[in-house]
Amino acid sequence: MIISTEWIYIIMGIVCFFCSVYTFFDQANSRRIPSGLFYLIYAVTLLFGKVIPPFYTGLMVLAMVAIVAFGGLQKGSYNGAGADEREKSRKRLGNRLFLPAILIPVLTVLGSKLLVNVKIGSRLLLDPSNPTLVALGVACIIAILTAMMLTKSRPQTTFKESRRLLEAIGWAVVLPQMLATLGTIFTKAGVGTVVSGLITKVIPENSVFWIVFVFCVGMALFTMIMGNAFAAFPVMAAGIAIPFLIERFGANADQIAALSMFAGYCGTLMTPMAANFNIVPAALLDLKDKNHVIRVQVPTALLTLAFNIVLMYLLVK
Amino acid sequence: MVLIGVALIIIGFALRFNPLVVVTVSGLVTGLIAGLPLKQLITQFGEAFTTNRYMSILIITLPVIGLLERSGLQEQAKHLVSKIKAATAGKILTFYLLIREIAAALGLNSLGGHPQTVRPLIAPMAEGAAEAKYGDVPEEDREEIRAQAAAADNIGLFFGEDIFVAVGAILLMKGFFDQNGIKADPISMALWGLPTAIFVFIVHSIRLRLFDRKLDRKLGKTGSKDVKK
Repeated sequence: MIISTEWIYIIMGIVCFFCSVYTFFDQANSRRIPSGLFYLIYAVTLLFGKVIPPFYTGLMVLAMVAIVAFGGLQKGSYNGAGADEREKSRKRLGNRLFLPAILIPVLTVLGSKLLVNVKIGSRLLLDPSNPTLVALGVACIIAILTAMMLTKSRPQTTFKESRRLLEAIGWAVVLPQMLATLGTIFTKAGVGTVVSGLITKVIPENSVFWIVFVFCVGMALFTMIMGNAFAAFPVMAAGIAIPFLIERFGANADQIAALSMFAGYCGTLMTPMAANFNIVPAALLDLKDKNHVIRVQVPTALLTLAFNIVLMYLLVK
Repeated sequence: MVLIGVALIIIGFALRFNPLVVVTVSGLVTGLIAGLPLKQLITQFGEAFTTNRYMSILIITLPVIGLLERSGLQEQAKHLVSKIKAATAGKILTFYLLIREIAAALGLNSLGGHPQTVRPLIAPMAEGAAEAKYGDVPEEDREEIRAQAAAADNIGLFFGEDIFVAVGAILLMKGFFDQNGIKADPISMALWGLPTAIFVFIVHSIRLRLFDRKLDRKLGKTGSKDVKK
């Protein structure tokens, strides 16, 4: 392919690299060296992840975590635009400010839908392994150029502003990757099998309602532990849905599938393990309590889980 | 034994230790208990970390969002909303929830998202509506509004996307049933998601309406800003 995911990672790495440079020179940050190091190491893992032997990447990852564990990661100071300057620029640019922001989703959708199978010569334009990601990357590059022209900003300003946002997210930026790593290790260690074994043990075999109840709640709980409903479905469906609901009570597989995945999503709404949905946004929105988004979601999640259980029971019965 | 890792996570989160540290320690402990040699375990960390770089894609949106914020994007979003008299934080978020859910149901998952839509646009709009209505809004209520904005994005996405036939979840389940020799039809799977998708929209929009009422009670109804000043 012409534009591969690796290119997107390299751009991400370049953004992180320049952020780390500004952090190293931030005199107002009393921990500027370890903080800069954190972003620098991260930049290296993004830039050269493909060529560095995994053992050394592993060591770098542990070094980053050590920096966080010993309080080495601190936010810096940003002499960005004050409220007056922002207001002046807002008055000048008005609704044109929305243009680059809207370009991102629009171009991503267009790119991932229309360019998916486009070939130039014999090569695919977008990396087929993850066309949406590549389309998002390209959309962001077009949007950034548009924004720079629109606001007449220099690349330095762009990197400084990126650093402000990146430091606002801080350690949470690597949490989703670390959780995915944990998921791999959990799978290797057989955590899924053990958990599903425990859940199947409590199944009351002859009551349809309680089987449905344990299955749906199990999907939600398993998802909360693994942080991902996709990991929960095969285990729970093989353990409960197929033997008890589909084979014994003749339940419709399509209905079971749709409702159980949603039961899992209810779990996703309630767990810090789904970091990119719950923890990263909390960091991104400057919320003091990193579980604030989860707190807001819990009532909706519980009501929806109850609805799923009742609906599945009525359909299977 | 392997459940010790899960227990560590639960305890670590409950005691509010840094999640990144908790997750890493749990991974190391689980790996060692499962009998992986240390060197291999660290290799595993590096390998999985590299494979999952796509998880951190939000970094690529930061330059655009940062630059636009510096130029007053959030203020413009607030300004735009303050002109609409009927707008409230809850109504704006309900509208966003609806759009996000329908778009996801049509396979347009990338319309929306926390870094590119919620932080620069939706959260400031909701905050702007509250400011226009109540005048000064205390920081704790601002945080609540922003958390609600993030929640609306998640809920709309999750319960919309499974209505689209070609989404990962549906394909995963179809593949799973095929492997087990059970007949399954992706279109029917997607359609059976509809009742829950509609239910979740109703429940969450009622909750957003109640949220508006809570803000009304706490910060006073329209016009109170003139009284205060």
